[in-house]
Amino acid sequence: MSMLYLRNIETYYGAIMALRGVSLDVDEGEIVTILGANGAGKTTLMKTVAGLMQPEKGEINFLGDQIGGAEPDVVVRKGLSLVPEGREIFPNLTVEENLRIGAFTRKGGVRDDLDLVYSYFPVLRERRRQEAGFLSGGQQQMLAIGRGLMARPKLMLLDEPSLGLSPLLTEEIFDIISRLNAEQGVTMLLVEQNAHIALLTAHKGYVLEMGRVVMAGSAEMLRNSEDIQDFYLGRSENTQRGQQRWKRRKTWR
Amino acid sequence: MEVLQLLVGGIASGCIYGLVALGFVLIYKASEGVNFAQGDMMMLGAFIALGFANTDQMGLPFGLAVLLAMATMFVIGYGIERTVVRQIFGQPQFALVILTIALGFVLRFVAGSIWGYTPLVLETPLAGRNLQFAGIVVSLSDIVTIIATLALTLLLWLFFAFSRLGLAAKASSQNQMAAYIVGIPVKRVHSLIWGLSGAVATVAGVLYASKGTIDPNIGLLGIKAFAAAVIGGMGSLPGALMGGILIGVVEPFASRYLPGEIGLMSPYIIMLFVLTTRPGGLFSQVRMKKV
Repeated sequence: MSMLYLRNIETYYGAIMALRGVSLDVDEGEIVTILGANGAGKTTLMKTVAGLMQPEKGEINFLGDQIGGAEPDVVVRKGLSLVPEGREIFPNLTVEENLRIGAFTRKGGVRDDLDLVYSYFPVLRERRRQEAGFLSGGQQQMLAIGRGLMARPKLMLLDEPSLGLSPLLTEEIFDIISRLNAEQGVTMLLVEQNAHIALLTAHKGYVLEMGRVVMAGSAEMLRNSEDIQDFYLGRSENTQRGQQRWKRRKTWR
Repeated sequence: MEVLQLLVGGIASGCIYGLVALGFVLIYKASEGVNFAQGDMMMLGAFIALGFANTDQMGLPFGLAVLLAMATMFVIGYGIERTVVRQIFGQPQFALVILTIALGFVLRFVAGSIWGYTPLVLETPLAGRNLQFAGIVVSLSDIVTIIATLALTLLLWLFFAFSRLGLAAKASSQNQMAAYIVGIPVKRVHSLIWGLSGAVATVAGVLYASKGTIDPNIGLLGIKAFAAAVIGGMGSLPGALMGGILIGVVEPFASRYLPGEIGLMSPYIIMLFVLTTRPGGLFSQVRMKKV
């Protein structure tokens, strides 16, 4: 059975239906990515799973328990932690306080976990006494991931970890995500705009459009799909005029 | 001599302003909101202590009565947050301002209907005892006030600097969504902080009562304490205390040496002056919030 599965999740912002019946499966040890344009409902999906938004309908099951509509602190205690879009660190707390508060839901072993986080992100150790608001964007993202790790999650939700980062830093962050998955056995559910790097990192992917899953499959299969190449990877074909002559239609509609 | 005498008295009454200001800062630190009923919580705390301690009421020993009053006010503060304030969770700040002003009136009428509107005296072992130091007379209650205030400020500062809950409270004021994400039960933290500020208000009320009489309208002192909190920079505990002492000291000097009503106006004159010259307050952590 899957570690996390969603069945027919519907979530609303007021009267606007943001998720229109999403179902997906995340197996233990996997990195699963969710691709989609702006406004497709990716962040809504993450917030719904993490308990920040309540689904109107549907079922969310994590490690055999229903967590649909549960309070966020309950969800964190079960071993699911969210690294939110836009980092959302605590600007006036020090780096180390930020990390410590990531372990709020449990007691003991904080020292070891701090060392673990610092071993993955040495720059955070150097700056541990500084206020987090003074970190650069990339360092803040590292801090947000580190804070998520402090909860000792079995499953991590990462919402656009590459947001606002240089290509080089993006690669570094994704490298660490892969390492965390392989070395610490943390399962990852990853939302990403940068489809290229996401499909290289992930094992499996879903494509979300207008609040629906329109495509699902292994990362390799998605990488090779014509539609994905055209609409998410930006394939440049060498036609005679050096550009595409007609607007291709998506075949999944 | 006269100057010293005024100074000691000013510091002592400033400590009371400071204590009420601490209540403002506590709630502000946890939820970025201002509780304008803080002065009335102080009043209620004083009356509850009176209810436990006075011989014509329950007649418990003074120390026990104060502890019980603090516990009662903790429960009341917690309960107010849980039942009333939480209803407007997520609304604009202004809603909380109006709500707490209304709440202040309610508390005033509740106290009035239980204990009446005639001034009452809290029987304390401190009353009427004076000490002589080098020609100036210091009342025992002033000394106790100063010591209790310093101790309480230190305790609260330690609480925010080192305890898990204090850290959680600070975190949830800085970034509420992130606080949820890391698993802090934000609403419960708010309730606890309201409870805590009720207990602090009780201490302020008891110390106030030890210097004179109390009636349901003494809560209006909260306005001065609010000025103290603003002068101190709203988010800073030692700042609130210093702001309170500043006001407390300036007031008696202004009414002694300056004409007419200036003494009464002095707290607000200082507040205006501080706000125009150092808008963040005297002891603010000087930095803007990053978006």
